[in-house]
Formats: sequence, C-alpha cells, structure tokens
Amino acid sequence: MSAPRMPIESGVPDPFPFMHPVLKKNYGAWSYHDRPRPGVLHHVAKSGDEVWTVRAGTQRQMDVYTIRKLCDIADELAEGHVRFTMRSNIEFMVSEESKVAPLVEKLTTEGFPVGGTGPSVTMISHTQGWLHCDIPATDASGVVKALMDELHEEFIKEEMPNRVHITTSCCQINCGGQGDIAINIQHTKPPKINHDLVGNACERPTVVARCPVAAIRPAMVNGKPTLEIDEKKCICCGACFPPCPPMQINDPEHSKLAIWVGGKHSNARSKPMFHKLVAAGLPNNPPRWPEVADTVKNILAVYKEDAKDWERMGDWVERIGWPQFFEKTGLPFTKYHIDNWRGGRVNLNASAHIRF
Amino acid sequence: MAKKTHDTPMLDQLESGPWPSFVTGLKRLANDNDMMVDLMGQLETSYHTKKGYWKGGTVGVVGYGGGVIPRFTELMDENKKPLFPAASEFHTLRIQPPAGMHYDTATLRKFCDIWEKYGSGLIAFHGQSGDIMFQGCTTENVQPSFDALNEMGFDLGGAGPAVRTGMSCVGAARCEQSCLDEQKIHRTLVNAFLDDMHRPALPYKFKFKVSGCANDCMNSIHRADMAIIGTWRDEMKVDQDEVKKFVVDKGRKYVIDNVISRCPTQALSLNDDDTLDVDNKGCVRCMHCLNVMNKALSPGDDKGATILVGGKRTLKIGDLMGTVIVPFMKLETEEDFEAIEELAGEIIDFFAENALEHERTGEMIERIGLNNFLEGIGLDVDPNMIASPRSNSYVRTDGWDEEAQKWFERKAQA
Ligand code: HEM
Ligand code: HEM
Ligand code: HEM
Ligand code: HEM
Ligand code: SF4
Ligand code: SF4
Ligand code: SF4
Ligand code: SF4
Repeated sequence: MSAPRMPIESGVPDPFPFMHPVLKKNYGAWSYHDRPRPGVLHHVAKSGDEVWTVRAGTQRQMDVYTIRKLCDIADELAEGHVRFTMRSNIEFMVSEESKVAPLVEKLTTEGFPVGGTGPSVTMISHTQGWLHCDIPATDASGVVKALMDELHEEFIKEEMPNRVHITTSCCQINCGGQGDIAINIQHTKPPKINHDLVGNACERPTVVARCPVAAIRPAMVNGKPTLEIDEKKCICCGACFPPCPPMQINDPEHSKLAIWVGGKHSNARSKPMFHKLVAAGLPNNPPRWPEVADTVKNILAVYKEDAKDWERMGDWVERIGWPQFFEKTGLPFTKYHIDNWRGGRVNLNASAHIRF
Repeated sequence: MAKKTHDTPMLDQLESGPWPSFVTGLKRLANDNDMMVDLMGQLETSYHTKKGYWKGGTVGVVGYGGGVIPRFTELMDENKKPLFPAASEFHTLRIQPPAGMHYDTATLRKFCDIWEKYGSGLIAFHGQSGDIMFQGCTTENVQPSFDALNEMGFDLGGAGPAVRTGMSCVGAARCEQSCLDEQKIHRTLVNAFLDDMHRPALPYKFKFKVSGCANDCMNSIHRADMAIIGTWRDEMKVDQDEVKKFVVDKGRKYVIDNVISRCPTQALSLNDDDTLDVDNKGCVRCMHCLNVMNKALSPGDDKGATILVGGKRTLKIGDLMGTVIVPFMKLETEEDFEAIEELAGEIIDFFAENALEHERTGEMIERIGLNNFLEGIGLDVDPNMIASPRSNSYVRTDGWDEEAQKWFERKAQA
C-alpha cells in the first residue's frame, strides 16, 4: 500500500492571484468613493484609476448551478473577478462605467437583488440551522429567506438613517453575532434529560463545568450515573446541550425567538455596542416565521421614521432613551428587560436623568 | 436521474418571493443527486417537527486533527435505519478563502466541479467562521475532495479548540479608509499558527480578525480573540477645497448636524469661511467624519494598528468585547510583522497555559485580571487600555512607588 497523501499546509491563500487587476494595481492607494446608485460603489484611486462594484444578494447556501450562473454573469458582463462580503453578498468589479447598467439589469432579471450598500438593510448574516448544525432549535437559511423577502425593498434602496445589520442565531450560542437587530433563539424551559443515555454519551465533569449558573450536579437514576438540574437555578441557556445531547434543550413549543436591538461593530461616533433584549416569546414558526417578521418590520419602520441621518439603531435609542423606544414601537417592557446577570448593574439608571 | 423526490410542502413555500431561494437551489441539485433528495427529506421533517436531526462524530483527513465538521443523521425508522439514507452522512469541509474573499471565476468553477464530483453540490460563501463551507459529503469522499481542493492551493480552516480561520476586510484592495495591509497581517498571523489550527490542542478557539480602520467591517472587537484595527498617529488629511465644496453641496446645516456635532470628542469646528478645523489631539479616529466627508478627509500618513484582545460571544459568562492591549503598533517593515507574530505567539502560549478548558481569552482575562495577563505576555500598562481608572478601593497598593517609578522611566525613554 502506498503512503497516504499528506496535506500541503498552505494556510490562507494569497489573494493577489484572484484579485481584480485594478484592485491589485491600486492596492493601498485609493482616494475616495461614492455611490452612483444603491448597490453600486464607485472607487477612485490616487492614480486616477476607477472601479465600479456592483453588489448583489445571494442565498449564501448556493448550489453549483447558481454559482456557475454568477460566474457566467461575471465572465460575460463583468471582468471575471468577484468577491464576497462577510454578509454573503457577491461583488462584481468592473473598470468601465458603461458595464454597470447591463450588469445591474442582468443580475436583477436573474433574481439577484442589487443593493445592500450605504444606508440600506443589507443581507442578514445567518448561521447553519436545521440544514447543518447539530444543536439548532430553528432553521437559519429559511428564516433569512423569509425575512429578506419582506425586507427586499429596503435592500435595494438606501432609505434608512444608516446601515442596518441584522443577524440571526439558531441557538443561544449565537454564532450570528451582534446586530442592529439580532433574532436569536431563546429557550424558556430547562433541558429534558434522557437519563439512560447520559452515562455513556457525556463526559459529566465537562458538562457540570459548562453551566454558567452551576445548576448541574451528578445524580443516580435507576442505578445509573447521570446528571440532574436544579430547575430553579437553570436559566435555560442550552450550554449543557452541545457536550451532552441527552440534555435536550430544544423544544418545538418552548424554544422561542427573541429580538435584540442596538448592537454596533463600528467605532464611528459611539464606541461599539452590544445589542439589547427588546422582545421575546415569539413563536418558532416555520416556514416563514411571520411573527418575527412583523416585529422586525415594526422596529425598522419606527427607526426609519424617527432616527436622524447617520444614527445607527443603537445611537438612535441612546438619544431618544429606552422609555421612548418602548413607547414608539409599542413593545411591552417587562421585568425580563432588567439585566440581573453579573455586572448588569451598569445597565441600570443610576441618575435622576428621566425624559418626560 | 436521482431517486424520487420527497414531498416538501413546507420548503416549497420558501421558493416564492423576491430573494434568491436556497430551496430552489436544493431542488435543482436533487434532480440528479440522491444525497440532496434525502437532505430535503430530512430538512422538511425538521420544518414539521421543529427539531434538528444531526449529530457530530469523528471524521477528518490524514495529517489533520480538525477542519471537517462531521454530520450523521439521527433520524431513524423503526428498524433503526436512517430514514433518509442517502443523506445519512452530510459532512462539511471548512476551507479557508483567500484573504479578503477575492475570487476569479475559474477558481469558483473548479470548486463547483470538485464539489459536484465528491459532494452534494452545495457550497456556502461564507460561514460565520469565515470559511467557504463545502456542505454535504460522505465520510468516504472527505479525503479525495480535500485532496483536490488542497492541490488547488486551498487548505482546511480551523474547528474545535484551535486557532480558527481568520478574516480581513477588503481594505487596501478597494477602500480609501484602509490604514493597514490587511491581507498580509491576516496571512502572517494565521499562517504562523497553522499547527495550532490543524492539530487542535488549545483550551478553546482562538480567532484573529483584521479591519483596516475603526469602521471595523470584520466585527473584530466583538468577535476576535485578537483584533487588529487600523489607525493613524499624525494629523488627519483635510482637503479644504473639498470641504468647501461639500458645504456648498450639502449646506451648512447638514454639515453642522451630521459632521460637526456628531464628533464624539468635539474635535471639529466649521470656520466662517467654510473650512474645517480638526483638533487632532482630541480626535479618537472614530472614522465618522471621514465616512461622511469621504472625499475631503482621509487618514494621516503615520499609519499602524490598535490591538484588542478578548472579544467573544455569549458562552459562558456573557458577551465580551475585546479591549486594548496595544494602542499603536507600526506594521510596515518585516521587523514590524515579526513583532506582531511574536506578540500573537506570546498571547497564544499564555492562553494555552493559563486558560481553563473551554475558556476564551476574554473569559480568562476577566478571571485573572488584565494586569496579570499583560504581565504574562510582557506588555506595559497604558492609560489607553482603560475607559476609566478603578472606582473601588478594594486593591492592595503596596507596590505603588515602584510602579510609579516604572511609568516615569518609560516616559523618559519614549
Ligand atoms: C481518585 C482519583 C480520581 C477520581 C475518582 C476521578 C474521577 C473521575 C470521574 C468520575 C470522571 C468523570 C468520568 C465520566 O464522566 O465518564 C473523571 C474524568 C476525568 N479524569 Fe479523573 N479522577 C481521578 C483522578 C484523575 C487524575 C489523577 C487525572 C489526570 C492525571 C484525571 C483525569 C481525568 C480526565 C482527563 C477526565 C475527563 C474529563 C474531561 O474530559 O472533561 N482524573 N475522573
Ligand atoms: C481531578 C480530580 C477530580 C475531579 C476533576 C473530580 C470530578 C468529579 C466529578 C465532576 C464528579 C461527578 C460527575 C460524575 O458523576 O461522574 C465526581 C464524582 C465522584 N468523585 Fe470525583 N473528582 C476528582 C477527584 C476525586 C477524588 C480524589 C475522590 C475521592 C477521594 C473523588 C471521589 C468521587 C466520588 C466518590 C464520586 C461519585 C462517583 C459516582 O457517583 O459515580 N473524586 N468527581
Ligand atoms: C491528593 C488529593 C487531590 C488532588 C491532587 C486533587 C487534584 C485536583 C485537581 C488537579 C483538580 C482540577 C482543578 C482544576 O480544574 O483547575 C481538582 C478538582 C476538584 N477536586 Fe480534587 N484533588 C484531590 C483531592 C480531592 C478530594 C479529596 C476531593 C473531594 C472529596 C476533591 C474534590 C475536587 C472537586 C470537587 C474538584 C472540582 C471538580 C470540577 O468541578 O471540575 N479533590 N482536584
Ligand atoms: C465601630 C465602627 C464604626 C462606628 C462606631 C462608626 C460610626 C460612624 C458615625 C457616628 C458616623 C456619622 C454618622 C452621621 O453622619 O450621623 C459614621 C459615618 C460613616 N461611616 Fe462609620 N462607623 C464605624 C465603622 C465604619 C466602617 C468600618 C466604615 C467603612 C467601611 C464606615 C464608613 C462610614 C461612612 C462612609 C460614613 C459617612 C456616611 C455618610 O456619607 O453620611 N464606618 N460612622
Ligand atoms: S447559532 Fe447555534 S445552532 Fe446555529 S449554527 Fe451556530 S451553533 Fe449551530
Ligand atoms: S440549560 Fe444552561 S443553565 Fe440550564 S442546566 Fe444547562 S447549562 Fe445550566
Ligand atoms: S474596516 Fe475600514 S478599511 Fe476595512 S473595509 Fe471597512 S472601512 Fe474599509
Ligand atoms: S474621526 Fe471621529 S473623533 Fe476624529 S474628528 Fe472625525 S468624528 Fe471626531
């Protein structure tokens, strides 16, 4: 038998062989950019070279036929080079302005919405969900498809006060990350334990150590070593489920969706912010999650109406204050909005600053 | 022709609407691909029962301990046989994209051919991890498909307790705000620690992300164990003629409301002749005014990076942002790049030795305190690392005089 092939540990590929020639030539020497229309960026280099970028939405989870179609478009109407944004939008670079309109036209007729630039609602960043993750309580691609269908107009226009980054996560680990709006699973009941399986399937000390509130302890059930949960303590976070699948946290009824707003990555104006809980208890309702879509659209509509130019969702709420946010969106304010996790006291109002 | 497709009334509802439909794509693949027929069967089941049916396992390629995400179906019939057998193994290969996610169509077409031959034909550009995700592969085909991708010059990314796939913004390739050679930093750092990526043995994951400016398009402060963010030390560049044009074009009220009064440190002032004054000592390089007056304002010439450590998502102690450990570092010469690689090595070594199992850098620093971390990796304290000094008195200060002495000595050296 021949020796097995050993991998070539080449690591991160050099991007230059793949890069559009105008980008390569003007690397590190760009002067400014503008946006001739939604979905199109126009960058001018110090050398005077120009490049137009047409950005289009994709489904992220792409079949080879879709990828080849995008390649055909890139070869026929653009210049054979593309890149992807971290939110799964595809970008076609062209060195002549005359190529922009036919490219936009073609992408639009082929069903790839052109947009996602400037103050728009860009593609929702999503996770794996039922399609591919081992721990999800809901789907990811389906939630995103359903919501982007609803938000399509806001993707192809630039009518928001500032850019809107929405994220989704199909478990409370929250791969999706921070967002102006984050749509995340929020479990509401402790895991249901299959005691017959714990002993064999789980490294119990690991599981005990994983719980953020130390609610798990060893136990014996029917003569078998297993784990038990102090249900009064349990915060239903699901952290024990990945290392111990017999601790089933996902529940068709009780795994709900929660909406968080005001996360911000950029340092522009204010420092980066975390998103904050605004709504919970929304049903996990495939295939189109209408309750979630309604809540998100309501928040977006109020933000669009009320925020000033350049205010991100979080900037806006900080200016108007949370009482106004709940007033304007009509969302209920509950005891669950009050942060009682460690360090949460910084989120209380330690002042006499009240807006009337 | 593949086997007969299953009825998918739930998924079918995701074919309508203006956004591109992944379901239409799955169906197209299912025309001649049994794995996709059964994948759709399982996914449709999830849509009905609201349950997931994948479990992990151990699948990999020769020579590596990670990078493949194994998925086996848990959906069995009454005889404990997979209900959707053709999709009973549906593994993912995480493949690292070129830094900045640039492609030519020839490369994408080759990916398609390989994945059509060995896999399901479903590829995600890109996963939240920053990898290209080649989704849907049998155990048997993992090795040959990896070999084919590897021969093209692509390598597996990270998974498990390992250095993970990095990310860098488009930056210098197409962005005037860029203060760094993002791709070079990204490649220098990740490629220096490939052993820690391919043979997972750290307490938990470790991520590098590089953003060319404080707009932080890569979300690095929130999501990276080590975030490298571009900035500049000298004065921002102001083209006063362009400022005047901007004022004429947008009007004074717009400029005052959207630029001047929005600066977080009140570092801007509009003069009577419609030129702009910038208090460069007060400016925190937040990027707002440069974003708005893109043509008139640009970063200075003395560029470099601010480095933050400890960003992560919820598990286990709650979300943490990265915090500053190096306020400014030049990243131009080969020595500069060696220095950042060395710093990353110190951090990873310290993390490997001191973090508890399943603890991220941010949690470790929270537990041991930033002072101990800085001492461990050999960095001096700096007031840029804090938002404010401590506000409680529970601290022993018997080393005060020596520490004050160190500060004065460092200042004298600078
Ligand atoms: C009297 C001494 C010890 C006792 C009673 C003990 C007991 C245990 C028990 C009950 C478990 C959990 C097993 C399971 O859940 O299936 C465990 C796990 C383990 N023990 Fe020990 N142990 C002892 C000493 C040690 C020592 C000396 C070492 C190492 C030098 C060690 C290393 C481990 C490791 C690595 C695990 C797996 C934990 C994980 O993967 O998270 N143990 N031990
Ligand atoms: C590295 C040191 C140790 C670790 C990490 C450890 C951890 C644990 C954990 C997490 C459990 C409960 C989980 C389970 O049921 O499997 C456990 C159970 C137990 N440990 Fe330890 N232990 C250690 C050392 C010891 C020592 C030194 C003793 C005795 C002197 C001991 C005696 C026991 C006993 C009697 C149980 C109950 C076993 C059972 O109910 O099946 N352990 N240990
Ligand atoms: C010579 C005796 C012992 C040695 C060398 C020893 C060593 C250790 C070590 C190395 C750990 C892991 C610390 C860590 O994770 O950072 C540990 C944890 C622990 N030990 Fe011991 N141990 C001893 C005796 C005992 C005894 C007698 C008990 C209880 C009767 C005990 C209970 C525990 C418990 C509860 C933990 C924490 C387990 C967890 O939650 O992870 N140990 N011990
Ligand atoms: C036997 C021990 C103590 C006695 C008899 C004592 C007595 C007093 C008295 C008589 C006052 C003035 C109350 C007033 O303004 O009417 C006072 C105020 C105060 N004491 Fe103590 N004290 C004791 C221990 C402490 C300790 C241990 C602390 C701190 C850890 C402390 C902190 C304070 C503070 C902060 C105030 C000022 C409160 C204010 O702002 O009005 N005391 N104490
Ligand atoms: S968010 Fe959770 S369920 Fe979803 S892909 Fe990430 S780990 Fe899996
Ligand atoms: S769900 Fe979370 S809080 Fe509840 S037992 Fe599991 S780890 Fe602990
Ligand atoms: S992080 Fe800054 S340099 Fe990088 S792409 Fe975004 S705006 Fe440009
Ligand atoms: S970059 Fe930010 S801090 Fe600096 S002057 Fe502009 S708005 Fe102010």
